[in-house]
Amino acid sequence: MATIAPPVEPAAHALVDDRPFIRKYIFSTDHKIIGIQFLLMSLIFLLIGGSLAMMMRWQLGFPGQPMPGGSLLPETMASNRVILPEFYTSLVTMHGTFMVFFAIMPLLVGVFGNYLIPLKIGAHDMAFPRLNMASFWLAVPAGFIMVAGFFVVGGHAAAGWTAYAPLSANPEYTGVSTGQQLWCVSLIVLGLSSILGAVNYISTVINLRAPGMTWFRMPLSIWALFITAILVLLAMPILSGALIMLLFDQTLGTHFYLPAQGGQPLLWQHLFWFFGHPEVYILILPAMGMVSDIIANGSRKPIFGYHSMVIAIISIGFLGWIVWGHHMFQSGMNPTLGTTFMVSTMLISVPSAIKVFNWLGTLWGGSIKFTVPMLHACSFVAMFVIGGLSGVFMASPPLDMYIHDTYFIVAHLHYVLFGGSLFAIFGAITFWYPKMFGRMMNARLGQIHFFLTFIFYNAVFFPMHQLGLHGHMRRIYDPTRYDFLKPLAGLNRFISISAFLLFASQLLFIVNFIGSWFRGRKAERNPWDDTGLEWTTPSPPPHGNWAVVPRVYHPPYEFGSGLTTEDFLPQDRKLDTLPAPATAPAGG
Amino acid sequence: MAHAPTHASVMEPSPDAEQGSGVYNEKLGMWIFLLSEIMFFTALIGSYIILRFSHPDAWTAPGKTLNIPVTAVNTFILICSSVTMVKAYASVADGNQRMLRLWLVLTVLIGATFVGIQAYEYTHLIEKGFVPSAGLYGTTFYTMTGFHGFHVTMGVLCMSFVTWKAFRGRYTAADHRGVEVIGLYWHFVDLVWIILFTIVYLI
Repeated sequence: MATIAPPVEPAAHALVDDRPFIRKYIFSTDHKIIGIQFLLMSLIFLLIGGSLAMMMRWQLGFPGQPMPGGSLLPETMASNRVILPEFYTSLVTMHGTFMVFFAIMPLLVGVFGNYLIPLKIGAHDMAFPRLNMASFWLAVPAGFIMVAGFFVVGGHAAAGWTAYAPLSANPEYTGVSTGQQLWCVSLIVLGLSSILGAVNYISTVINLRAPGMTWFRMPLSIWALFITAILVLLAMPILSGALIMLLFDQTLGTHFYLPAQGGQPLLWQHLFWFFGHPEVYILILPAMGMVSDIIANGSRKPIFGYHSMVIAIISIGFLGWIVWGHHMFQSGMNPTLGTTFMVSTMLISVPSAIKVFNWLGTLWGGSIKFTVPMLHACSFVAMFVIGGLSGVFMASPPLDMYIHDTYFIVAHLHYVLFGGSLFAIFGAITFWYPKMFGRMMNARLGQIHFFLTFIFYNAVFFPMHQLGLHGHMRRIYDPTRYDFLKPLAGLNRFISISAFLLFASQLLFIVNFIGSWFRGRKAERNPWDDTGLEWTTPSPPPHGNWAVVPRVYHPPYEFGSGLTTEDFLPQDRKLDTLPAPATAPAGG
Repeated sequence: MAHAPTHASVMEPSPDAEQGSGVYNEKLGMWIFLLSEIMFFTALIGSYIILRFSHPDAWTAPGKTLNIPVTAVNTFILICSSVTMVKAYASVADGNQRMLRLWLVLTVLIGATFVGIQAYEYTHLIEKGFVPSAGLYGTTFYTMTGFHGFHVTMGVLCMSFVTWKAFRGRYTAADHRGVEVIGLYWHFVDLVWIILFTIVYLI
């Protein structure tokens, strides 16, 4: 190493950005621009997915009543402004599909994987910048194909986001053929995009860490994104294979999932959930990592139990592969096998609990600053506990028999995906917004948005536990048609009204996001007094991030350090006097 | 890219970074990509095993429907292309441009021959009425061999690109990353075929 000249010349040249507009902002290879592109794309899909949910909530809260704005929908979707049952099943399907694959997953992996990995490990860019661009420009057509399904004859896919065969494999069952095929094609393309992204993230983390950035000096967000990338890499191809077989069943007349000629409908469930359960952790691990960063920063304390946090992330990533059967307790599974899946599922609560206690340990005795990111991060912890605990109930087959396919499941998954992941995403966007756009988001507006979202979110999803325990099935079009669900009509209406208010509260976020872009207070380099490497570059960082990559001397969360005059010690600051031995090396 | 490596050998990991995998980015990236390819073929092969165990009578005896001799020859041809690939890599590592080009052209031709023979095989099977919708046998046969053929086709296309670059003198003894990386993919696709040939044709 000593024989090689420091790469000042070429790298400094890299900071001069003379790319034309189209290479800079459209077909960019810069990881930061790609991250922002993913951010805008997935926020649009978040809005689409939310709008679909609002239509569902109208039908559930006010069944059979004309929907405001329903006249905008064509006759195939709503008749006399009343949502048709066929369209309702498409809404259920597409709400799940958009939220899981086009909103939460790209928000966590596409946005923050791209934006944070090179900046936090001290690299000029990803290992494969052009592959990175390809990954984004595959996700966009996948999104268009998915949206196009609404406009084809027969309507969009209607077999649920899990697309259980043979319902999804035989068009006669749902009356949807083209929509379901577009659904498959879109997810195959998106899968390829995710795999290319994962190859990039893993290679970057392994090979491009700045000097001194050892594995156990990596921030937990990077650890989480790294393990997530491994899950994406290994899980997405399983889904692609399953989808290709489904597509062939629909188009080529093969018989993978169709029992009439010996196919196995359960094969789809096994393949889907073998992908699907790691997918669950793909949707929560990056959120956990970023929440760790934000909580340490907001408590002004090093994260409690850094190594146990890392080991917890790794063990959740591993255990996620051997629990898929808990989605299938009702599929006629051998009870012994069911018990095995129950035990492995409950094991996951151990690393999850370690993480929760470590977050509490970090908060304990800290000088907590309730900034907007911190509010979101704390509510992540609280909501994740609720969602996680109901997950422990469901892991038990006898109990699952009762609550399977009811609103209890819907409540659980939204507590993890909305209360968990989406709160973390709001927190992370607010936290890294100044770095992305060079301006601060408005804190007052952010607080109001947080409190309204928190209140209405709980008003929507907490009562769903109760619906589920009363036996309210998920995905049904009109609950008032069942006598035993009639007493729940009032509760359903309360949930719907809360959901509309929840949706309306998001307007504040949109206003804040767009408004701050143009009018926000200019952000300095390190507005949150954080220790990470990304805060050592200007906001927003130039193309190439640093003229010379920083050198790392410290672990990631040195807050409240007595070694500096501020209360934090940036990872790249070399101290003249070393803490432990009194004799400092000369020329330091 | 703007961040051109400044150290002596591009086929070593960058000295400008913390100790990583010990190999250069492109090679690491290909190995990681191949892991996901393994999972993809696992989905297909695993489904085949499950379907065949649950309905063994949907399959005819080996050799009855499929033409084993033709495919055995084809398998041999594909293995030969792995040999020519290795020779291409060895040539460029020695800095022998002429032999690099020769072996790469041979690899492309042999790979294309494999796909051609597979197309010939498909045509005959379809004429005999053995189509993808012909029971579980046809279903799994065409999906598995078809996706392997698709991978070989992609490999031939990428290999042609590498060959074109080789003719423009882009690979040297000091930097032949493209040849090594496409070679990894090529050997992987070969290996998959050996497994597929065994479980689809011979068993």
